[in-house]
Amino acid sequence: MSAVAAFFNPTRQTRVLPGFGLSIGYTLVYLSLLVLIPLSAVFLKSAELSLAQFWDVVTAPRVVASYKLSFGASLLAAAINAVFGLALAWALVRYRFPGKKLIDALVDLPFALPTAVAGIALTALYAGNGWVGSLLEPLGIKVAFTPLGVLVALVFIGVPFVVRTVQPILEDLETELEEAAASLGAHRWTTFRRVILPILTPALLTGFALAFARAVGEYGSVIFIAGNMPMVSEITPLMIITKLEQYDYVGATAIAVVMLVLSFVLLLVINLLQAWSAKATGRNR
Amino acid sequence: MSIQVQDIHKQFGNFTALDHVTLDFPTGELVALLGPSGCGKTTLLRVIAGLETADSGRVILEGEDASGTHVRERQVGFVFQHYALFRHMSVFENVAFGLRVKPRKERPNEAEIRKRVHRLLELVQLDWLADRYPSQLSGGQRQRIALARALAVEPRVLLLDEPFGALDAKVRKELRRWLRHLHDELHVTSIFVTHDQEEALEVADRVVLMNKGRVEQVGTPQEVYEHPATPFVYGFLGAVNLFHGRVDGEHVQVGDAVLPHDGRDADHGAEVVGFARPHELDIVTDPAATAGVAAVVSRVLAFGASARVELDALEGAAERGEPTHYEVVLTRERVTELALTEGQQVRLVPSSLRVFPREAA
Amino acid sequence: MAVAGVLHGRVDARRFETNAATRESPWVRRTILGAALAFFALFLLLPLVAVFFEALRKGWGTYLTALSDADALAAIKLTLITALVAVPLNLVFGVAAAWAIAKFQFRGKHFLTTLIDLPFSVSPVIAGLIFVLLFGAQGWFGEWLSAHDIKIVFAVPGIVLATVFVTFPFVARELIPLMEAQGREEEEAATVLGANGFQTFWRVTLPNIKWGLLYGVILCNARAMGEFGAVSVVSGHIRGLTNTMPLHVEILYNEYNFAAAFAVASLLALLALVTLGLKTFIEWKASQAVKETD
Repeated sequence: MSAVAAFFNPTRQTRVLPGFGLSIGYTLVYLSLLVLIPLSAVFLKSAELSLAQFWDVVTAPRVVASYKLSFGASLLAAAINAVFGLALAWALVRYRFPGKKLIDALVDLPFALPTAVAGIALTALYAGNGWVGSLLEPLGIKVAFTPLGVLVALVFIGVPFVVRTVQPILEDLETELEEAAASLGAHRWTTFRRVILPILTPALLTGFALAFARAVGEYGSVIFIAGNMPMVSEITPLMIITKLEQYDYVGATAIAVVMLVLSFVLLLVINLLQAWSAKATGRNR
Repeated sequence: MSIQVQDIHKQFGNFTALDHVTLDFPTGELVALLGPSGCGKTTLLRVIAGLETADSGRVILEGEDASGTHVRERQVGFVFQHYALFRHMSVFENVAFGLRVKPRKERPNEAEIRKRVHRLLELVQLDWLADRYPSQLSGGQRQRIALARALAVEPRVLLLDEPFGALDAKVRKELRRWLRHLHDELHVTSIFVTHDQEEALEVADRVVLMNKGRVEQVGTPQEVYEHPATPFVYGFLGAVNLFHGRVDGEHVQVGDAVLPHDGRDADHGAEVVGFARPHELDIVTDPAATAGVAAVVSRVLAFGASARVELDALEGAAERGEPTHYEVVLTRERVTELALTEGQQVRLVPSSLRVFPREAA
Repeated sequence: MAVAGVLHGRVDARRFETNAATRESPWVRRTILGAALAFFALFLLLPLVAVFFEALRKGWGTYLTALSDADALAAIKLTLITALVAVPLNLVFGVAAAWAIAKFQFRGKHFLTTLIDLPFSVSPVIAGLIFVLLFGAQGWFGEWLSAHDIKIVFAVPGIVLATVFVTFPFVARELIPLMEAQGREEEEAATVLGANGFQTFWRVTLPNIKWGLLYGVILCNARAMGEFGAVSVVSGHIRGLTNTMPLHVEILYNEYNFAAAFAVASLLALLALVTLGLKTFIEWKASQAVKETD
């Protein structure tokens, strides 16, 4: 442990407190055993394929169709959440209305409700005989068991992300900025566009990216409502499951590699966005 | 432009922020709203700006009732205590904001905006900072940029909320002088809020003293300092010594002591509180003297141009609800002459004593 | 990567509504509020109501029968066991990681924080897959495990491992910012006064972080009991043996036994509501604690 501690070399003044060697050692061992080594298994396993084989697996038409659906629906769902999440955050911070506390608490429902439960509940609602589905069916709109159903599930999953990243920024926003803009003659919409929105943008983008990242990997809430028709409504995580059920471990792993790389890129983007957000809102000062 | 507020009342729940305030701010003056925190001064400023709506009463700008006018139509310049600069905009864009958001018909063209912003930045002596962002400026610089931004729309009045409150002592003094110069140059009717009496007396043409939502006194700095109208003003402006007593003809009876008094402002036999500034008290060391309130010297601070003597009341003052502490300012010569020692019992005799009925104090 | 919990207080909306500079015109206000509430009702409220409605559609009798079914009880038991193992493991890890990261300066600190968050950005399906690759029949340790007659994948240990993976960051990510904000001064003072490491932690640090800790534990527990994707990959779906509650919901649903599926789902939905209730309570408590110290 002392070797570990020596490597990380905490500056001398911070060594007054005990337990650095023990806590950092435990952290690293636990992290390696449960996360890093298992994750590296994916990359090592995929190395069993040659580059050409790997390419064939990850660009098979059915797999490509699943990328299109997963990415397209996730982007759209994140965009819908950016717009309505902002409206919801705005209402929760700025307006008074009955049931506000309850709504504020229920915004986190997608975090707390098991995805399988969300999946069957959304299916029941949006199926042709469901409360919402039966209203849409006469209009010729089918939601459950179509790509639209995938979108609905992904919107549900992403609700808290935008709301909870934008809400604290809105709460901390000094009213003086809007007062200054108004005293300088700016109309409400001008103030929103030129003063408030630029301050919210980093948080809004962070929330968007978080919702998107979550949506791309989502499985439980989608598979019930998607219908899972090959080439039409199969999401990428389902492709991994399908390959596994056919005992095609290498194939499943190859698709997993594609998804993991995307996740890491998104993680990087999100980290940069959060740093920007912290800087832009002055929270680091 | 002149500003009048008539019978303004503002309530926040159970708290009365403004209690039927009526005031007149003449054109071109620099007025200070002075008072302790919670006295309603900032609320009054915000009501004048249109940022706060009064429960009743009227705000009249240039003879026109502006009570129903939205803040963006009032053409007031407002400088916020913490400046409220837009941090995602450069200094230039901050100052240009008010011009850029004008309706298209009134909006100056880009060249004109550029010219006006640079002229304002020169006025506040910060032209060289045009491309910086607010986070790169010092507190004093931010304050001046906030002022330039407010002036850009050519406001009819300039309102400043604790303009020097967030600055350190040295910068504060410098900016005070600068604000005074700027006002002499521009002559925009200006009101600033402060809780610092020195600031108000030094900078303003006229001081409005407020307490608990009411106006206590309005006057020039000299008037309010030398002739306080109420016990509150007496206590708020500068150090003061208090004496609880009863008026007895040409005297005020304080306990078993007698203080000379000119008999103004008081009826015979009235319970009063007497006020005397530290320089309005003299110390008598003669043990045989009978005039004046007895006290014990606790500390003599003899440095600088004058000397300050701190004294404690005799025992039992606190129990009777009377002041336990006095402060006297004397010339250096007088202190040398008196040769005071710590623990010495003396008597305090006011050269001038202003009395107010007990209940008013 | 979830923003699942940053403790923060709520501001009073009245100050925006009474201020001429921060108020929208009534119809703009109504439009925003209408859009927000419609969105909330359509995507959050209705699904929640639907769960309970569907569960009780065929009456209380069917509901209770579905819940007292032997397989359902086994699933409940397995879910509880899984959470009971996974949550304490991640709790201990979270405290250790937060102590190292928040109280000390060292190289690579930011990178380590990112690594701890990693499981949040991995699809749950992949979280299950990695343990199949390690411990499955064709996996790295597959032969060795079968030679020693140890079953991990398609058995309870696999379910626990996958759950630990997906709930890995919850406690740590809650504690790190909290402990960083609190700084080192109080711990240093305790050390100067002669407290040892354990005493310092127990008497000084823990009381300061208790609400944050509880918050992390509750979110961790909700996810541990509700995880579906990762567990689905490693479970093998053996009724009565390797089925957790969410997996049991899926099986019942796929058998068109909707009433029973929603009955079990309603228990999980109740768990979610309790979680949200506790979460709100803790936020309130924490904001009270902040007010007291102000």
